[in-house]
Amino acid sequence: MHLLICGGTGCTASQSLEIVDKFKAELKANNLEDEVQVVKTGCFGFCEKGPIVKVIPDNTFYTEVTPADTAEIVKEHIIKGRKVNRLLYLDPKEKEHVSDSKHMNFYKKQIRIALRNCGFINPENIEEYIARDGYAALGDVLANNNPTATIDIIKKSGLRGRGGGGFPTGMKWEIASKNHADQKYIICNADEGDPGAFMDRSILEGDPHSIIEAMAIGGFCIGATKGLVYIRAEYPLAIHRLQVAIDQAREYGLLGKDILGSGFDFDIDLRYGAGAFVCGEETALIHSMEGQRGEPTFKPPFPAQEGYMKKPSNVNNVETLANIPVIINKGWEWFASIGTEKSKGTKVFALAGQVNNVGLIEVPMGITLREVIFEIGGGIKDGRKFKAVQTGGPSGGCLTEKHLDTPIDYDNLIAAGSMMGSGGMVVMDETSCMVSITKFYLDFTVEESCGKCTPCRVGNKRLHELLDKITQGNGTMEDLEMLRELSHVIKDTALCGLGQTSPNPVLSTIDNFWDEYVAHVVDKKCPAGQCKKLMQYVIDPELCIGCGKCAKDCPVSTIKRTDYIAPGHKLASMEIDQSKCIKCGACQAGCKFNAISVK
Amino acid sequence: MINVTIDKKALQVPEGTTILKAARMAGIDIPTLCYFELNGMNFENKPGGCRVCMVEVKGRRNLAPACATDVTEGMEVFTSSPRVLKARKTVIELILSDHPNDCLQCEKSGDCELQALATRMGIRRIPFNGEQSTYKIDSTLSVYRDMDKCVYCRRCETMCNKFQSAGALSGVNRGFPSVVGTSFSKPLGDTSCINCGQCVQVCPVGALTLVDNIQDVLNAIADPKKTVVVQTAPAVRVALGEEFGMKPGEIVTGKMAAGLRRLGFDKVFDTDWSADLTIMEEGTELLGRLTKALAGDKNVKLPMFTSCCPAWVSFYEKNFPDLLEYPSTAKSPQAMFGAVAKNFLATKMGVKREDMVVVSIMPCLAKKSELAREEFAVNGNRDVDFSLTTRELAHMLKQCNIDLTQLPEEDFDNPLGQSTGAGVIFGATGGVMEAALRTAYEVHCKKPLPRIDFEETRGLEGIKEATIDFDGFPLKIAIAYSLSNARKLMEEVRAGNPNGYHFIEVMACPGGCIGGAGQPYHHGDSDIIRKRMEATYREDAGKPIRKSHENPDIIAIYKEYYGEPCGHLSHEQLHTHYFNRQSTVEFEK
Amino acid sequence: MNKIKNLSDLRKIKDDLQNKIKLRENSNSPESVVQIKVGMATSGIASGAKEVMSFLIDELDRRKIDAVVTQVGDMGYCYAEPTIEVKKPGQDPLVFGYVNTEKAKEIIEKYIINGELVEGILPANYQSID
Repeated sequence: MHLLICGGTGCTASQSLEIVDKFKAELKANNLEDEVQVVKTGCFGFCEKGPIVKVIPDNTFYTEVTPADTAEIVKEHIIKGRKVNRLLYLDPKEKEHVSDSKHMNFYKKQIRIALRNCGFINPENIEEYIARDGYAALGDVLANNNPTATIDIIKKSGLRGRGGGGFPTGMKWEIASKNHADQKYIICNADEGDPGAFMDRSILEGDPHSIIEAMAIGGFCIGATKGLVYIRAEYPLAIHRLQVAIDQAREYGLLGKDILGSGFDFDIDLRYGAGAFVCGEETALIHSMEGQRGEPTFKPPFPAQEGYMKKPSNVNNVETLANIPVIINKGWEWFASIGTEKSKGTKVFALAGQVNNVGLIEVPMGITLREVIFEIGGGIKDGRKFKAVQTGGPSGGCLTEKHLDTPIDYDNLIAAGSMMGSGGMVVMDETSCMVSITKFYLDFTVEESCGKCTPCRVGNKRLHELLDKITQGNGTMEDLEMLRELSHVIKDTALCGLGQTSPNPVLSTIDNFWDEYVAHVVDKKCPAGQCKKLMQYVIDPELCIGCGKCAKDCPVSTIKRTDYIAPGHKLASMEIDQSKCIKCGACQAGCKFNAISVK
Repeated sequence: MINVTIDKKALQVPEGTTILKAARMAGIDIPTLCYFELNGMNFENKPGGCRVCMVEVKGRRNLAPACATDVTEGMEVFTSSPRVLKARKTVIELILSDHPNDCLQCEKSGDCELQALATRMGIRRIPFNGEQSTYKIDSTLSVYRDMDKCVYCRRCETMCNKFQSAGALSGVNRGFPSVVGTSFSKPLGDTSCINCGQCVQVCPVGALTLVDNIQDVLNAIADPKKTVVVQTAPAVRVALGEEFGMKPGEIVTGKMAAGLRRLGFDKVFDTDWSADLTIMEEGTELLGRLTKALAGDKNVKLPMFTSCCPAWVSFYEKNFPDLLEYPSTAKSPQAMFGAVAKNFLATKMGVKREDMVVVSIMPCLAKKSELAREEFAVNGNRDVDFSLTTRELAHMLKQCNIDLTQLPEEDFDNPLGQSTGAGVIFGATGGVMEAALRTAYEVHCKKPLPRIDFEETRGLEGIKEATIDFDGFPLKIAIAYSLSNARKLMEEVRAGNPNGYHFIEVMACPGGCIGGAGQPYHHGDSDIIRKRMEATYREDAGKPIRKSHENPDIIAIYKEYYGEPCGHLSHEQLHTHYFNRQSTVEFEK
Repeated sequence: MNKIKNLSDLRKIKDDLQNKIKLRENSNSPESVVQIKVGMATSGIASGAKEVMSFLIDELDRRKIDAVVTQVGDMGYCYAEPTIEVKKPGQDPLVFGYVNTEKAKEIIEKYIINGELVEGILPANYQSID
C-alpha cells in the first residue's frame, strides 16, 4: 500500500508534514513500515479540503486530515480495511461521502497533463520521476539529434503559451533557434503573479523535474546551453524542490556536460524575483534578471532577438514547459486531439470564489464554463445564484450567464471580452457588487503598475478614482462615459500587456452589468448591498418588539428608542440614526425578529 | 530602403528608421515628450513611456509609439487620425492631471515642453480630477528638484546613468507614485551626484531646475561698499545670443561685456584670461611629470588628467579615490580667476578681500558647487562668491531692461580681460588639450609650432585619441566628454594604462562646456551644440594671439606676482588637492 | 549514483524503478488491469481475509500480473467469508466465496490467467462495491 500525503504549500501550512511523521510512527508501531510506503507528494489541487491523504491502491481520498487522525486511518483502514467515513469528501449536493477520488465530481472531468505527476510522485525523488517516463523525452530528443524535427512536433501539437499570451510555443522556439549567437538562454518564467493563481507553484513543488527536462529539451532545440528560472522569492518550497531536483539531475548526469552521451551541455540556474506582477511580462522579467528595474520595454526587439544580457533568449511559462515532455513521449497527434481547433491540450485553472469546490483543476480546452463551475466546482455555495465569473486574472474580464456554455479557449475568451490569462477563475454570486469587484481589480493593477507609461501609471489611477467615486455614491452618468472612453484609450496606448489589459474588468462589467452601474449612479443604490455608502440598515417598526438588543450591540450607540408602539407589542420600537451609523451590520446580525434589513 | 506611407505621403527610408524619424523626413512633426536624442553624441532617451507620439498603423491592434517603432515594408501610418488625436489628447490630459497648475510661477514657463504640447494640442480643461503626487523639495548648490512636476520621462535618469554613469538618479516606487529619485531617498547632495546639471538641461518641465542666484548678485551690485567684479567663461559668448532670439553660433562677446557693464559690475573680466593661466600651470605640470618619468622616476603618475571641469573632479573624487594623484592639481579657470582676483587684483585695486565680490558667468551648474569647496576660501571668504549660468545672465539682463541685441560691442577691462585663442577654445571638447599642446610643444621643443590647429583634438566623437609628435617624443593623448566615456579611460588607467596615455582631457557635458547645463536649453537639438562649437573655433581663429604663453598679461603677472608657473605662490593660490568623497551606505547591524 | 550515460541506460533504469510506483500507476488506471477487492469486515478478517490478501499480492507480483488488490468493507456475504471480487479488464466482476490461499491460487491460475471458470462463484446481489 502507498499513502500519498500532500506536501504542497497549502497542505504543509495545515500540518501535512506532521501527518507524514505521525503516519511513519504509527506504521512502525504496527510493524507495517515495510508494507506501506509513505510518500510526500505535490499538490492534489483540492486545496480547500487539505491536508489531503490518498490511500493507494483503492484511491481513497481523505480530506482535512489532522495529525490526530493518523492513528485511526492506520488502525481502521490499513489494518482492518475499513474506510474512515468521516474523513471522506462530502458531496455538497448529494450530501454523501465519496470514497475514492475517481468518483468525485471535482476530478471527473479533469485531464491531468501538466499536473500529471502532482500528487502522484515524490517530487524530491528523481527515481520516481524517471519511473514515470521522466527524462525519456529528453533522451529521445537528444538521440534523434534533430532540433528542427522536435520544434516541428511542438508546433504541430498546437501548444500555446500558458502564461497568458497564448503565443504558439513551437513558433517561439523556431524564432529563437534561427537567431545565431555565441550564447543563448532558455528562461522559465516562474514569476506567477495573478492573485489566487498557483498552478506554476504547484507544478514546481509537485513535479520540478518536468520543468528541468522541458528546459533542457527547449535549450537543445533553440541552441541554448544555459537555462534560467526566474522564480518568486515568496515561493520558498518551490525553490527548495527545484534546487533539490536540479542537484539530483546533475548527479544523474541529466544536467551538465555531455548529457546522455549526446555531447549536449546544459545547466540551469535560479534567479529570484521580488514579486512584482509586471515582472511576469517577459521583457520586464529579463530586465529584473539583469539587475535592472523590473519594467517592460517595447518589442521589437523581442527576447528571441535580444534578451537576457542582449543574447537571444526564449521565455516560457512553467505550465507550458510542463506539457513538453508528455508531447514528445505521447506524440503531437495525441496532444492535438485534446481541445478545440485553435487551442490544444488542457489548461490549469485556479478555481476560486463562491463555488463549493475550490482548488487547482486541469481541464481540456473546450470545456464550458458551466461544466467547470457547476460540475467540477460543485455549483454555487449555499444555493445562491450565479452572477459572474472572472477569468484571466486582474486584467481579465467578467463573464455572465450568457457565456456559460461557451467552450473555453484562448480565442473564445477574448471574443467574450475576457482572456485566458494564466488561469485565474473567480466565481461570483448574486451578493457580489460588480462595481466594487472592478474597483478591487483596478486596485491591484494600480498597485502593480511599474509606472513607466502614462496610460497605466496615471490612467489606471484615474479609472480607480472614478470607480471609487461611483461606489461612494458620487458618480454621474458622465463619469460612466469617461470610464469607458478612458478605458479604450488605455487599451490603445499602454506600453505592455499589463496596461493594455488592465481596463478589461471595467469594460466587461460596464458591458455586462450596465444597469448595476446606473443603479449606483442614478438611484444611488448598490443592488448587491455591498457598497456601504449606498446602503442603510433600517428597523421595521412593525416587526421590532423593542427588546433593545440592537442598541446594546451597536458599537457607536446610534440606535435609540422611538415612542411608537406597534400594535400587539408592549415596547416602543427602535430606530437607527443614519447620520451616525457606521454600517457594521452588528444590529442586523443580532436581531432575532428579522426586523432589521438593508435598504 | 523601405517603402512607407505616412499620412498618405509615400516615401522611402533606410531600414531601421523609426516612424518618428521617417515622418520628420516627410515634413511631418509628430509631437513627443519623453523622447530625447543628442544626435551624434551617443545619447538617446527612448523609454517609449509617455505615449504622446502614438500613431495609427494600419493592421495593428493598438496604437504604436512612433519614437520606438521601426518602419516595415509597406507600412501605412496615420499620425493625426481621430483615434490618434483622441488618444494623444487623453494622454496629455492624464499627464496634466498629475502636474501642478502653477505655470505662471514656474521657472520653465515659456521654455516648457509640456506647456508647449498642451498649447499645441489645444487642451483647455483637464477632465480628470484626482490625487496629485507630492514630494519633498530637494536641492544641492546647483540642482533644484521639485518632483511634483516630474512627468517621469526618465531623461534625467538616462543622462545621469548612461551618459555620465554617475548613478545618482533612478526610477523609484511603482505605479502612480513612480518618480525619479535617489537611492534610499537621500538628498541629492548626499548621493553620487556630481552636480553636472545635465538632468536639468534635459528636463522637459520644471521638475529639475537650477539654483537661482540672480538676486544674490543684484544685492551685491546694489551694495555701495562692495566692489563687484565679473568673469565670463569661454562657452557663454557663443550661446547667450540664443536667449535673445539670435541664431545659435552667433558670437556676442562684445555685447556681453557691454551688458555686464550696464548691469553695474565694477569690472568686467574674462575667464578666458584665467584659462590661459591654467594652461601655463597645467602645461608646466605635465611637462614636469613627463620629464621626471623620462628620467626613470617610477612614482610619477601618468597619464595626467585635466581638472578644469568641476563635475569631472567630483566624479573622480566619488568614484576613483584610488586615482586622486593622476589629475592635474591646477584649479579650474573659474577658481584660478577667483584666487587671482581676491589676492593679486584686490591688493592692486586697494580693496579689502571682504569687500570684493567675485561673480562668474558660467555655462555650468557644477561651478555653483565648486565655488563652495572649503579649500577655495580664505577664512571663510570664498574666492568666487556667486556663479551665474548663461540662462541666469540672460534673465538678469531682461529683468534690468537690457536688450542684448541693441548693445554696442565693448572690450573687457584689464588686467584680467585679455585672452588668447587658446583660452577661447576651452569651451569645446578637446579645447583644453589643444590649448595645452600649443603651449607645451613650444615650451618643450623650444621651437615654434609647425601648425597651430590640432584637428585631431576637435569634433564630437565621445573619445578621441591621438599621438602628437613632440620633436621625436610621441605624446599619447586622449579626449573624452561624457563621464561614462571618462570612466572607461579611468578603468584603463586603473588597469595599468595599457594604451600608454600621457595626457587626458575630460569634460562632463555633451561637446564640452558649450553643451553645459547652464546654457540655453537646446531641447535635444544637437545642431545647436555644433553651431556653438563652430563659433568657438571661429573666435579662436580671429584672435591675434592664439597661444596662452604669448598672452602679454599672463607674462606680466608671472613677472609681477607669481614668478614662474608651478612656483611657490602659484602652488599656494592656483593649485589644489583632492579628497576621497566616495559615498558609502551604512547599514544598521 | 553513477551518471546515466545514454538513452538505453536511462530506459534500463526506468524499467528497474517502475516497480516502485507500479501500485500507484495501476490504481491510476484500474480499468486496464485486474482488480481484486477483498472483503475485510470483522467477519472477513476473522476467517483469514488478511492472509488471503497478502497471498494474492505476493502471488500476482511473482507471476508479474498487473493487478490492483484492494480491501473493502463488508461485502454482504458473511456466510461465505472470506470473499473476493475479481474484475478482469473489460469483463463483469465475479465474486468468489470461501477463499483461502489455496483457492486464491486456483483463481489466479485458472480464472485470471486462463479465463476458465472456477467453483465458488457467488450470485451477484449488488451493483457495485466500493
